[in-house]
Formats: sequence, C-alpha cells, structure tokens
Amino acid sequence: MERYNLIVVGAGPAGLSAAIEAAKRGMSVMVFDENHKPGGQLFKQIHKFFGSKEHKAKIRGFNIGEELLKEASEAGVQVKLNATVTGIFENKELTVNHDGAIHHYKGDSVIIATGAAENMVPFEGWTLPGVIGAGAAQTMMNLHGVRPGKRILMLGSGNVGLVVSFQLLQAGCEVAALVDAAPRIGGYGVHAAKVARTGVPFYLGYTIKRVIGTEKVEGVEIGKVDEHFKIIPGTEIKFDVDTVCVAVGLSPMSQLLKMSGCKMEDNPRRGGQVPIVDEYGETSVECLFAAGDVSGIEEASSAMIKGRMAGLRAAYKLGYTEEYIMKDTEALYAKDLDSLRQGMFAPSNRGKLIEKTDEGIPVSMNLLTKGFVSDEEIEQYPGVTHQKGIHPVIECTQNIPCNPCQDACKKNCIKIGACITSLPTVIPENCGCSGCGMCVASCSGQAIFLVHEDFEPGFTSITLPYEFLPLPEKGTVGKALSRSGELLCDAEIVSVKSAGVFDHTHLLTMKVPNEFGNKARFWKLVKE
Amino acid sequence: METQRITEHPILGVPEKGALVTFTLDGKEMQGYEGEPIAAALRASGILKHRETAKLHKPRGIFCAIGRCTDCVMVVDGVPNTRTCITALKAGMKVQTQYGCSAEKSW
Repeated sequence: MERYNLIVVGAGPAGLSAAIEAAKRGMSVMVFDENHKPGGQLFKQIHKFFGSKEHKAKIRGFNIGEELLKEASEAGVQVKLNATVTGIFENKELTVNHDGAIHHYKGDSVIIATGAAENMVPFEGWTLPGVIGAGAAQTMMNLHGVRPGKRILMLGSGNVGLVVSFQLLQAGCEVAALVDAAPRIGGYGVHAAKVARTGVPFYLGYTIKRVIGTEKVEGVEIGKVDEHFKIIPGTEIKFDVDTVCVAVGLSPMSQLLKMSGCKMEDNPRRGGQVPIVDEYGETSVECLFAAGDVSGIEEASSAMIKGRMAGLRAAYKLGYTEEYIMKDTEALYAKDLDSLRQGMFAPSNRGKLIEKTDEGIPVSMNLLTKGFVSDEEIEQYPGVTHQKGIHPVIECTQNIPCNPCQDACKKNCIKIGACITSLPTVIPENCGCSGCGMCVASCSGQAIFLVHEDFEPGFTSITLPYEFLPLPEKGTVGKALSRSGELLCDAEIVSVKSAGVFDHTHLLTMKVPNEFGNKARFWKLVKE
Repeated sequence: METQRITEHPILGVPEKGALVTFTLDGKEMQGYEGEPIAAALRASGILKHRETAKLHKPRGIFCAIGRCTDCVMVVDGVPNTRTCITALKAGMKVQTQYGCSAEKSW
C-alpha cells in the first residue's frame, strides 16, 4: 500500500487546482486519472473564457489547461494517467486499476474531482451511428482534427449546445438548426447571437421526433411541443443531416462519493446526485472533499476555484498551512467564486425568467426565443450609441460576470464599473475611440463591433471579430449578414487585422451602405 | 476517398499528427495516423458503423468519444470489446466490425 498526504481523483480543472494548492504547501500529492492525457475537458475548449483577469478571462480554455499543467509540474504534483480508481473504502483507502493490476493506496485526505457525464434524451433512432454527444463532437474536431459530420443538427441551447455549434462551424461543418424543447435559450445570449448571425436557425419549443436512417443517420424530423412537451402533429420539419448532436445537460459522476459513505442528496439545482458539502467542499467524511462538477454542475472557471479551496482546506486540516494564511487565501478565492456566481445566470436564478436587466432595461425576448436581438431592441442598451467617428458598439444585453472589454480599452471609452455583471457602457459622445480593436478581440462573447457611420460618403464601416477560415483578403466582396443571419447586401472587406495579442480573433472591416450600418453584423463569402 | 479531416483550423492551426500508417478494417486496407484513436481514423474515412448489437442486431458507432459509453467497441487485433475511441492506432492493426461479442456474424 502506498500512502500520500493527498490523493486527488481526476486531473481536470478542479483536481489539478486542488493538487497544486496542496503540493505548494509541502504535501505529498498523487492525482489519478483514467485518461491518457491530463486536463479533463479543458483541452477541447477552444473559446475564450468569461470572467475577469482573476478568472483568466479572454484566455482560451486549452491555453488555461497548459498553464495549469505547468503550474502542477512546478509544484511537484504527480499525475498517474491510465489509472482508474475503482473503489473507495473506510479510512480513505482506494483501489486503483493501472498497469494491468489493482493497486492499493491510502490518502490522509482525498479530493474527488471526477467531473460530470453528458445527459441523453431517447428518441426514435437515437442509437444510430451519427447521433453523438456534443462532447464527442468537441473531442473529434478539437482534439483529433476530424469533423464529426458534414451537416449537423444540434439539440440543446445551453452554453454547451451553443458553444459546440459555433465550434462545428469553425471546423468547417454546416449546422442545419439548433433545437431545444424549452421555450427559451438556456445559455448566454452572446453565444446564441454569434451562432444566429452566421445563419443558423433556432427552433425553440421544438424537439426531435425521430432520426431517419437504417445503418446511419440520414435525416432528422423535429416537431413543436405542447405544454406537456408532447409533439403537436402536423408541426414536423425535416432536415437532411448526417449527424445529430445532443447537448442536454450534464450529471455529476458522483459514484465514488456515494461509495465512500458520505452524505448525499438528490438536488436538481446542482445537477443530480451530489454530496452534501460545506463551503470548502468537505463532505460528511472528515478530510474527504468534492470539487468541481461532481459536487454541482457549473463550469471550468468555478471548478478551478473550488478545487483550490478544497486543496487549501486539506492542507490546513493536516497542518501544512497556518490558520491566518488559510483564512486570507480562502477569502480571496471565495470572492472570486462569488463574482462568477452573480448575474442572470447565477445558480440561484436557474430556471427563472428574468425580464429586466439590473439596469432596468427589458431583456430581449427575440434573443431568448430566436437567438438574436432585433434591430429595434438593440438600441436600448448602454453599449450601443451613435456618434461621429469610429466607436465601439457593444451588443452585450444580459448581466453576466465578464469585464475584459473595460480593461482592453486604453482610451477609457468602455465602462463596466466595480460590479462585474453590469452591462458595458460606451461613453455616449466623442468617446475618444482610436479604432485599435482591442475590445473587439477581448470580448469572449464576440459581441463588440467597431462602427464608423461616416466612413465614406454613403457608407458605414463595421469591424467584426472573425474566427473562420479562409480569412478573406482586403478588397474581397461578399455579403453582409444581419443579426439573424439574413443576407442584406454586398459588402467589401476594407481591412483585415491580425495580431498575436488578438489570439486568433481576426478583425474584419467591411463597408456597407449607410442604411445597413446598424443591421449588418457578419460577413460571408457567398457563392452565386 | 471521402475525408472528414480538418487540414487547417482557425484557432488550432494544422492538427499535429503521427506518421501515416496502414491498418485493416474487415480485411480492407485503410489509412490513419499513428497514435490517434482508431475511431477518429475510421470517422475520417467515412466509416460510422462499428458494431451490431447481440440481440436486435442494430448498428452502433461513436457516441461519447471519451471511453465511457462503450458504444464504439470493435474487435481489435483479435480482442473484442475494445473501446476504439480511446485506443491508439498502430501500424498493421487488424480492426474488425463486432457482431455481438465476436468478429464472426452468426445471423
């Protein structure tokens, strides 16, 4: 039997963060993970994260993963891969399957950070090859460089469904539709808007009736649901697709915790069967902790903080850190975590319909039901102004914990203030914008545009974030698309800016006739 | 041949791959990159069906792609129930469609 001060199960964002905190304080730490690479799901996350600087906002998930691995190795964390923890017993003893045999370990403290698994909904044909989890799509395209399909229908409008739809487009797939039985989009409005403006139609209040095909997916039929989520006959719509992606939530993989004998509860707000934990993640079994999605579904940024809190607490309990240091550090982490749990999408608001922003502005119902804010609605938000010269137009319409745009603007045109969830405000007159585009590239939601309403006589220029290939050259004429993805007019690219600091977000500037200046929000090369 | 491979990705660039190797699927020569999951090599070549279920003989393929669901299992080098989504491809591998628990179709 091998013994460690701390054993962590799971080398994802929570587990690695916990291990780092403990190892930095001199504990012997071993992390087991059943996969052949560490990092959990972080390396599939190619989008920029939300939050503030403290939360590593505007950094892409896989880069955060690299930083975490580096920090873990510097702290002396050992990670054993291809090692499946098969059991946890009294006195925090574990059995682990690796190198072809079962091995026996004991931890003075144990942190379970096993994460979550994807939920599924059964429908006719759901077992056919070509029906996959959204996570599978991410794995295939972002880790292995293989497109999961050519033409895809996405079921689920939570952040996973929205983000993966966008990633499918980036990988060169076509997304035929985004479907959800719920009446309103579950994820961030900015994630929905960046998918909608490329022309993907949203079907809220619809679900999959059946998948067509005998050997593989050849098509899918969706239908509108009534108040009991039953499909209303006659409302069916058929799509020719070769792949159906399912993104209908996650469930904690809490089996080991259940086996440990700690107190559990069935809590739908936390995603299902979860351990009862205190504010540091400690379960009813002393020195047995849970961190990350296994103790309640959130996202990677909060998982990393929860991991750090659990690791720190374990260090304190075993005498590896002084009480005052523990308390100070814990207070910092608690503050970071609290700020991530604010705003409209806070865990406490789950399932609630919020009709007004904190500023008292009505929430766009078009955004919640169709994926885009209407041209009329957009005018009421404080990031949308009309002024002489180039200026940012910030189409950020929900209170979410995110503020990199404020830091990005060196001219102080953009204000969010102390409250991280406030809507960004653009100084209404002569804001002083230099047109540098840092705000456009810094916005994880791709919701910032630079608009120059008197670019040329009769023409407005619009600078937009662009993360697709091929990158057009200056002078290319394509089509401008509206917020809803509708083709508006011809649009010539007048500038393409790329820079290391933009981190693969290119700034495309197109010019459109003035009448489309406040409508055009995407550019596409359309083959006649 | 149909390919689903991404040659260049706007964020990730050109995918890093091992050496191009040959393997067989039900005796037919196929190509893939060493070290990538067998399932990725198959998907890249347009193969979706990995097996047929024992009782109802229904086709199955990749579902979770992270080794949890076991829907993508095949007979690999004679070993049935091999999770192809987490098993690395090697040159000369013998991959077979799995019928029930065997490479022999008994129906």
